[in-house]
Amino acid sequence: MQNPTFEIKAMRASYGAKEVLKGIDINILSNSVTAIIGPSGCGKSTFIRSLNRINDLIPNFHASGDILYRGEDIYSGDVDVVDLRRRIGMVFQKPNPFPKSIYDNIAYVLRVHGFDMREMIDEIVEKSLRKAALWDEVKDNLKQNALTLSGGQQQRLCIARTLAIEPEVLLFDEPCSALDPISTAKVEELIHQLKQNYTIVIVTHNMQQAARVSDHSAFFLMGELIEFGKTQDIFTKPVDARTEAYITGRFG
Amino acid sequence: MLLKRRVLLKIKETLIERLLFFCSLLSVFTTLGIILVLSFETFEFFKEVPVLKFLTDTQWTPLFINKHFGILPLLSGTFLTTLIAMLVAMPVGLVGAVYLSEYSSLKVRNIVKPLLEILAAVPTVVYGYFALLFLTPLLKKIIPSLSGFNALSSGMVMGIMIIPLIVSLSEDAMRAVPMGLREGAYAVGSNRLQVSFRIVLPAALSGIIAAFILAVSRAIGETMIVAIAAGQQPKLTLNPLVPVETITAYIVQISLGDTPHGTLEYRTIFACGMSLFILTFILNMLSFKLKRRFQEVYE
Repeated sequence: MQNPTFEIKAMRASYGAKEVLKGIDINILSNSVTAIIGPSGCGKSTFIRSLNRINDLIPNFHASGDILYRGEDIYSGDVDVVDLRRRIGMVFQKPNPFPKSIYDNIAYVLRVHGFDMREMIDEIVEKSLRKAALWDEVKDNLKQNALTLSGGQQQRLCIARTLAIEPEVLLFDEPCSALDPISTAKVEELIHQLKQNYTIVIVTHNMQQAARVSDHSAFFLMGELIEFGKTQDIFTKPVDARTEAYITGRFG
Repeated sequence: MLLKRRVLLKIKETLIERLLFFCSLLSVFTTLGIILVLSFETFEFFKEVPVLKFLTDTQWTPLFINKHFGILPLLSGTFLTTLIAMLVAMPVGLVGAVYLSEYSSLKVRNIVKPLLEILAAVPTVVYGYFALLFLTPLLKKIIPSLSGFNALSSGMVMGIMIIPLIVSLSEDAMRAVPMGLREGAYAVGSNRLQVSFRIVLPAALSGIIAAFILAVSRAIGETMIVAIAAGQQPKLTLNPLVPVETITAYIVQISLGDTPHGTLEYRTIFACGMSLFILTFILNMLSFKLKRRFQEVYE
């Protein structure tokens, strides 16, 4: 078995007095797609948003336990959060391109990390847009405001923006929940391709999507990890009765 | 019996509705009344003084024997004090807004915001004496050539006065920027400074400009500080060290003086008032439009 990218033991997380993750143990494997499934309010978003510490932005959020990324505790005091987030990219539920041009959405990310040579930026902009399967649609309108793109295009731009700084991990927090079926198919296809080079974690409420894109699946319920295993096994022969009930659509 | 009660109720409802309607009309009629009086007196004024003369003459001496009616010296006084005020208020206000919106904890914001509102509630006459009796003597130690009445200290104090307005409105604009945008920026490894100044600030720009314009309009209309501390000498100058007179300060001077009603001298204040009204009206409209455009983007 490969080395896990994330080794998580007894992870707890809370907003103020409300505990939403109650002791999670899970290993997330490199170069594979791990889907986090579960009904609303089960803590799956909190879980993924803790992996790049983006939840630090929420007042009163607190996480504890061992959350090791490549052997390093990401919640220890001496972690450089900015660098951590550069290495662990994230795509959000609602497409959130910056209100700038398509080009500047990616160039901004590069400039933040100290790239300032024009040709280099041009090159990476094109490369990232190609990787995100958006280049052909926007190559003639790079100066156009990103907010004029369709939802699906915006989401792929956000993926391109994330890929531009070559992260090691990609976190997807329900990336298709605001998209139409055709855009969803494009994003899923993209995840499929990206898997070869990245470790991917995807939160989804859509079980068909989990079945289609992931290698491993984790079923969360009320802040606990109920079952974790190969996606095929989870969907065909779940061990826990609650997993089976959720997958067959008896609640959720 | 029941029917009668219902009819009574209906009459009561209608009466209350009418009353509320009347109350809301009251302010509209007051505004219309002001515009009417202003227009009428201004019209009378321009019967005697040509508009072109009013706009181009470089002297303002309506109370002297050799009368000149050029608004330019008053405009330059207004412009100068407003400029100084904005130079003080814009950077300080903007940085304050960035701090409150992007850096401060909830606790700090809950203390600072009400404090700012108290600062905004200080009567402007207090600011005026603060400029005249505290800031001017202080500045004189640094710049000995400074006059006792001058545009510099009144402009600076006016700037302090409008800081809360800029902070409050700009902070509102920045807080209205969706959280998702910040998350997106932090998620690609931006630090707080980059998120604040390269993402949030540009995204809130039209709202911030609207706040600036409103502040300019407030500075142009400000009366007490400049009447007390800037002097009453209409001079076409951009030198901040000498006494100047703003449009508003001139209106105060005439209103409080012994100029007889109905004379040309008396009517000058309506022409001045009209100029002031048009100026601030345009600015407020501009601010309103910008703010609406900002809201359209994010709703």
